[in-house]
Amino acid sequence: MNPLDLLARLGRLVLSVMASFGRVTLFTLDAASHILRPPYYPRELGVALLNIGWLSLPVVGLTAIFTGGALALQIYAGGARFNAEAVVPQIVAIGMVRELGPVLVGLMIAARVTSSIAAEIATMKVTEQIDALVTLSTHPMKYLTAPRVLAALITVPVLVGIGDIIGIMGGYTVAVQNLGFNAAAYLQNTVDFLETRDVVSSLVKGAVFGVIAAVMGCYYGMNSGRGAQGVGRATKGSVEAAAVLILAANFVLTGVFFSI
Amino acid sequence: MIRMENVHKAFGNNRVLQGMTLEVPRGTSTVIIGGSGTGKSVALKCVLGLIRPDSGKIYVDGKDAADTGDRDAFLARFGMLFQGGALFDSLPVWQNVAFRLLRGSLKRPVDEARAIAIEKLRRVGLKPDVADRLPAELSGGMQKRVGLARAIAAEPEIIFFDEPTTGLDPIMAGVINELIREIVTEMGATAMTITHDMTSVRAIADNVAMLHGGVIQWTGPVAQMDDSGDPYLDQFIHGRAEGPIEAVR
Repeated sequence: MNPLDLLARLGRLVLSVMASFGRVTLFTLDAASHILRPPYYPRELGVALLNIGWLSLPVVGLTAIFTGGALALQIYAGGARFNAEAVVPQIVAIGMVRELGPVLVGLMIAARVTSSIAAEIATMKVTEQIDALVTLSTHPMKYLTAPRVLAALITVPVLVGIGDIIGIMGGYTVAVQNLGFNAAAYLQNTVDFLETRDVVSSLVKGAVFGVIAAVMGCYYGMNSGRGAQGVGRATKGSVEAAAVLILAANFVLTGVFFSI
Repeated sequence: MIRMENVHKAFGNNRVLQGMTLEVPRGTSTVIIGGSGTGKSVALKCVLGLIRPDSGKIYVDGKDAADTGDRDAFLARFGMLFQGGALFDSLPVWQNVAFRLLRGSLKRPVDEARAIAIEKLRRVGLKPDVADRLPAELSGGMQKRVGLARAIAAEPEIIFFDEPTTGLDPIMAGVINELIREIVTEMGATAMTITHDMTSVRAIADNVAMLHGGVIQWTGPVAQMDDSGDPYLDQFIHGRAEGPIEAVR
């Protein structure tokens, strides 16, 4: 292949990525402006809070408890190689709160909520329901996007907090029941070791991941192609984009909170 | 009155509207006919601002539709029946019908909005027990009627009907045609309908406009449609495979 062709392709790819980034940024800013400006749709917000927050609790709880339990077993087994089994409570706490809690909850929300939002809005688009909203003097960004993004911003940090606690309790249960740790000492070590910064970083990550998950679902849904294939592509693309952005944002936020 | 002047719209290389000019007088029912993919829906969506024309002007009562100021007030003058109904799956039928009356500038108390919805459902021949069902539980014909009830719920001055009889059996199509004619007459509304159903055209139209090649090929009163002498219109209304309109076999 001619080197100039390769360069041209690379240029087109960079431009395409930058254009997508710009479109998503503008979409996010537009969503934020609709969250702040009336009219508000409290019923839609209530439904979104229920769907994104309350109904995600089982999957978040199960993910966290098994992860916390497995983490305790791994740290115990790994720590035994250099006589450091006693660090299980501290490493489970820091691992769950700083990284695994927010990231796993974020990814579960991407799988459960982003896909659902994208499929619902994309179906509304291909069946002209979005056009119908406009003709009924209702802005789709305000009616569909703003309540979902706001609900994710509110509920995902709470889910992350709950996931952190359940994860730690998963580790605690395994440590106390199977590994012979003292229950009171385990909890005391956990509380003593965690810092405010750990908890704050976890909740901030939750808020950012929640917004990413909801915005990606809405963005891909609103920009869906036609027909069943369009809905399928929008759903798949939204989950891929949300998952990658959540992991990238996690790296950046970890750097911001803990690199100093 | 709605006036479209030299409206152009292309999607990539597909030039759909290529200088469409049309006048719809106030209080009349105009039907736009034309083959599939000739841009009939695009024309309606351009008037509503759902699609922005590449060039040309659209006026509603002499005011530029692209520069309406208060968009809500502008759209509140319109009702639209979509081809597939476009009912909101997550809302019960009465909330679909009363959608505009439950929020925004036309908001009413919930009880009043529900009463209006049930009255509009009755107007389109549906019983009150339909009100609390979800759209997915209704047949295609019933969904069309609910869409029609939603289009007229806020008593708009201008109503658009996009393929109102597509997908319905001939009897249900006849019922919908009659309903449209009655409602437009009793409300004194300006109506724009797009269809390829010639029975529907004869039942609904005061005036007919044929869209072909991105422009209005012929327009005139429905009574003159059969003697227009226009070969394009003639081929279309008689459904002939041979003629100036190329038929893909």
